[in-house]
Amino acid sequence: MKKFTSISSIAMPLDRANIDTDAIIPKQFLKSIKRSGFGPNLFDEWRYLDHGEPGMDNSKRPINPEFVLNDPRYSEAQILLTRRNFGCGSSREHAPWALDDYGFRAIIAPSFADIFYNNCFKNGLLPISLSTEIVDNLFNYNGQLSIDLDKQTVETNDQSYNFEVDPERKRRLINGLDDIGLTLQHESKIRSFEKKHFAKFTWL
Amino acid sequence: MPQTLYDKLMSTHKVLEQDGSTLIYIDRQLIHEVTSPQAFEGLSLADRKIWRNKSNLAVPDHNVPTTDRSSGVSSISDPVSRLQVETLDKNCETFGINEIHMNDVRQGIVHVIGPEQGATLPGMSIVCGDSHTTTHGALGALAFGIGTSEVEHVLATGCLWQNKAKNMQIEISGELASNVSAKDLALYIIGKIGTAGGTGYAIEFCGDTIQEMSIEGRMTLCNMSIEAGAKVGLVAVDNKTIEYVKGRPFSPTGDTWDSALEYWHTLHSDPESHFDDSILIDANQIKPQVTWGTSPEMVVDIHGSTPDPKLEKDEVKAESIRNALKYIHLKPNTLMSSIEIDKVFIGSCTNSRIEDLRAAAIVAKGKKIAKNVKLALVVPGSGLVKKQAEEEGLDQIFKDAGFEWREPGCSMCLAMNADKLEAGERCASTSNRNFEGRQGQGSFTHLVSPTIAAATAIAGRFSGVDS
Repeated sequence: MKKFTSISSIAMPLDRANIDTDAIIPKQFLKSIKRSGFGPNLFDEWRYLDHGEPGMDNSKRPINPEFVLNDPRYSEAQILLTRRNFGCGSSREHAPWALDDYGFRAIIAPSFADIFYNNCFKNGLLPISLSTEIVDNLFNYNGQLSIDLDKQTVETNDQSYNFEVDPERKRRLINGLDDIGLTLQHESKIRSFEKKHFAKFTWL
Repeated sequence: MPQTLYDKLMSTHKVLEQDGSTLIYIDRQLIHEVTSPQAFEGLSLADRKIWRNKSNLAVPDHNVPTTDRSSGVSSISDPVSRLQVETLDKNCETFGINEIHMNDVRQGIVHVIGPEQGATLPGMSIVCGDSHTTTHGALGALAFGIGTSEVEHVLATGCLWQNKAKNMQIEISGELASNVSAKDLALYIIGKIGTAGGTGYAIEFCGDTIQEMSIEGRMTLCNMSIEAGAKVGLVAVDNKTIEYVKGRPFSPTGDTWDSALEYWHTLHSDPESHFDDSILIDANQIKPQVTWGTSPEMVVDIHGSTPDPKLEKDEVKAESIRNALKYIHLKPNTLMSSIEIDKVFIGSCTNSRIEDLRAAAIVAKGKKIAKNVKLALVVPGSGLVKKQAEEEGLDQIFKDAGFEWREPGCSMCLAMNADKLEAGERCASTSNRNFEGRQGQGSFTHLVSPTIAAATAIAGRFSGVDS
């Protein structure tokens, strides 16, 4: 898995609450059997003025100049700044795949939907929850931000904010550890659990 | 110490704990074609095997056509959709996983066929790469949706890392009116607590309304727990659960049945167990519901109106209302019953079971869909639901009324197959999400119950039916 230690970047402000994973990556792109290549279709329905389908040459499609992703000021942004309940709806991991493929490494919001939040950590993407007040401040700030996962901080040029992250998820993200490999280190424990479990619940 | 049902299910499946995370054993993984190809690819690349083949059951549902498919997978006209279904078939064959194929009469939406086949049993831990896996909690199972990396993890290890959720109890008491269903209750609750109201929680639904509710209704309710942001939705096991499970293909029999029964009867929250949050709902107050906006929490009574953003004090909320009304082409303070619709969809993992089709058929019987309704689809949740409905003559009622009677699948709930709305079309839909573009780019979705969907098809505009 991709590591995350620290980044420094401006944040792209996406001022909207309850952004769902259908909006992050519309269903027609879920027909792909690959894990990569979703970046050009991130926020497809907001980003382009035409209807997108898999296999189109996205560089030739008309872009929506009103949508913040198309604002040249944010073309290098690696941080997405948004509102509460980001990533709600469908469990599609294509959403973090698309964000990662586009070039985002971290997302800051007051809250995230559960499955999306979890999926981010599997893909080297760091979701950061900060209070509504701090997120409001960051929307007004509009400058360079530094994120340090080890220290659990988000810094502006004159402020530092701490964020919470589960210690195990942090360890895996900082070291880029393979989840399956780690779990299989417990193989004998799983086997012995399984033996007892099936002895008790014979119908399984 | 008294335990909640969720706590019991978590501790029964706990393999080990590490730094606050719990490794839980997964009894059943349900698999469909959209969120699994990359998981199988990952296994192949790392040269890993399936931990336990028997735990997995696969079915194609999202991409399958609902029109004639007698020529098998080649009846899928979109080559990208076809490849995804073929990839599932190939992966299941290569990895030795039990798959119900597209043309098998048992095929259907993964969350309909699981319980129908008895592949979902009380007390099981169940995952699927699909957020609506919460459906299975209706049978007292620990069930939740996961991403593709976790699908791969469960395939390879039989386990999953979990952080324990908090417990929420939603107690519903009183009688639902005859024109009010589990769907209306689900939408009403989401309207009250919001789409993030259940985030971080396992919700247990209880109370006399739930005790009276059919298993199909409980599935509808638990299905939409995810629309409230919850990790899982649960209902305690009772005699209705046991009756439902009995005699299904994957259900135990004989002595095994007896020992299962003994265990299943323990699957309820203990008296005095601790809930972090409790909510009381009065079922008598609930009217048929319809969503007006682009989030399931944007919901009103069928006789209500769209909101006025000027009356909303919270600026983020007011902006959401303005955005939603702009997208969905409606003005503030518009009576829902004045809004004409173009299409009707009765189906999805929320509302495609036999009880749902019966409820819609009662309303449709002897009537005709309105002239302005271009298409009214009925898509049964599985081949077996379809068969039963046909035995009961429901298909004929729908066809006589001008509805189309289709083959089972997810269909227009998320429009990955050919069933979709065109830009600007408005749909009364029994599905679960009214997000922008969900049923087709630039289209407008209004979530309703099967009863209201049928009444709306006949009236041509949102319409209630008398209790």
